[in-house]
Amino acid sequence: MSKVRVLVGTRKGAFILTSDGRRQRWDVDGPHFGGWEIYHLKGSPVDCDRLYASQTSGWFGQVIQRSNDGGKTWAPVDNKFVYDGVPGTHLWYDGTQHPWEFKRVWHLEPSLTDPDTVYAGVEDAALFRSTDGGKTWQELPGLRGHGSGPQWAPGAGGMCLHSILLDPNVPGRIFVAISAAGVFRSDDAGKTWRPINRGLKSQYLPDPNAEVGYCVHSIAMHPSRPGVLFMQLHWDVMRSDDGESWKEVSGNLPTDFGYPIEVHAHEPDTIYVVPIKSDSEHYLPEGKLRVYRSRTGGNEWEALTKGLPQRDCYVNVLRDAMAVDSLDPCGVYFGTTGGQVYASADAGESWVPIVRDLPSVLSVEVQTLS
Amino acid sequence: MIRVILPAHLRTLARVEGEVKLELEGQATQRSVLDSLEARFPVLAGTIRDHGTQRRRPFLRFFACEKDLSHELPDAPLPESVASGREPFLIVGAIAGG
Repeated sequence: MSKVRVLVGTRKGAFILTSDGRRQRWDVDGPHFGGWEIYHLKGSPVDCDRLYASQTSGWFGQVIQRSNDGGKTWAPVDNKFVYDGVPGTHLWYDGTQHPWEFKRVWHLEPSLTDPDTVYAGVEDAALFRSTDGGKTWQELPGLRGHGSGPQWAPGAGGMCLHSILLDPNVPGRIFVAISAAGVFRSDDAGKTWRPINRGLKSQYLPDPNAEVGYCVHSIAMHPSRPGVLFMQLHWDVMRSDDGESWKEVSGNLPTDFGYPIEVHAHEPDTIYVVPIKSDSEHYLPEGKLRVYRSRTGGNEWEALTKGLPQRDCYVNVLRDAMAVDSLDPCGVYFGTTGGQVYASADAGESWVPIVRDLPSVLSVEVQTLS
Repeated sequence: MIRVILPAHLRTLARVEGEVKLELEGQATQRSVLDSLEARFPVLAGTIRDHGTQRRRPFLRFFACEKDLSHELPDAPLPESVASGREPFLIVGAIAGG
């Protein structure tokens, strides 16, 4: 029978939640790396027991952990993320130029074909890759060296490369997203890059048609249709049908702000977001925890509320804190800054909390195990 | 022999309990102690000093003999009582955050 493993990164450690395919009873394992911020952990799609975790601390910096047994045991691998060449400068909050400084790994994306190859999206924004299971890391400098780097600026959370999508159909095609620069695409396995931000809008940006400067919060694709991308932008939910330009599909959402966006495992036009009140509050509107689902690839949205608190709830759901499994019906999972991890075993129709009282959740990933 | 006391999170990371004892060749300085520590526990590289600049991470301090040595030059000799192992070299995490 199938099993599901939910990998949860929190402000104070990692947790691994497991269930059988019914997804009703859960075992909770953790905390791993107690007291450290676990920005992200993710498993290899070709070796489900190979996991990578980003362990960080304001005191002790960056550690990368690797597990070869599905998270039962872990061992640190290399943590040396050194920019290629002279790092250069980017735009700072006050409009001055500021040196590139490595701070942490936000996102780890294992290769679709090789468990020893994994990509790391870091702050200050850059893309690194390891081809030896994390023993060494090399920057893919063509991204930072694209030429627009001096116009990249940090969002409120820092200047992070937070989203990495590997195209399963076109070898060597990679999409990454950076706050606040935008989306970039490589068609040669990360050697060269170009921004693909046409159609995005960023309030207060002096040049409304600027090549970069967009606060993309997350991007998503369905593996069966990687030519279509979905985006939760700082303002608006967006869609790209050509991997180049974007159109708004916020439709009837109660707010156009939010962080994660995910695609149903079996329906490429079914997408999920969690609208958040902005610009300064960054909590749920009206105290209601509502996941919104569109079955039309955007524009038409329905609130999914069964089992979710509908009063006095003021948590947030961060950009990497939502994921789907590949069972049928599709399971949807998300974690909150209040420490709850909710699961839906029926594509969002109803929800139950797997756990209610973890530390603030930074990331949620799901593995479907056969 | 140099005695080094690590903060709890780094003891966990290095999988050690209690003090770390290092045999040092040459003069005992912050740099030589940390080089030796990282050679024995490679996982600690980057957690005490920045990989690139080799500077002490901002929220860590170095103490010995009831003195704050954090701003001493990395190649300055450590006190004789540390070099001889009578007193430990303490790496301390700042009490900050929540």
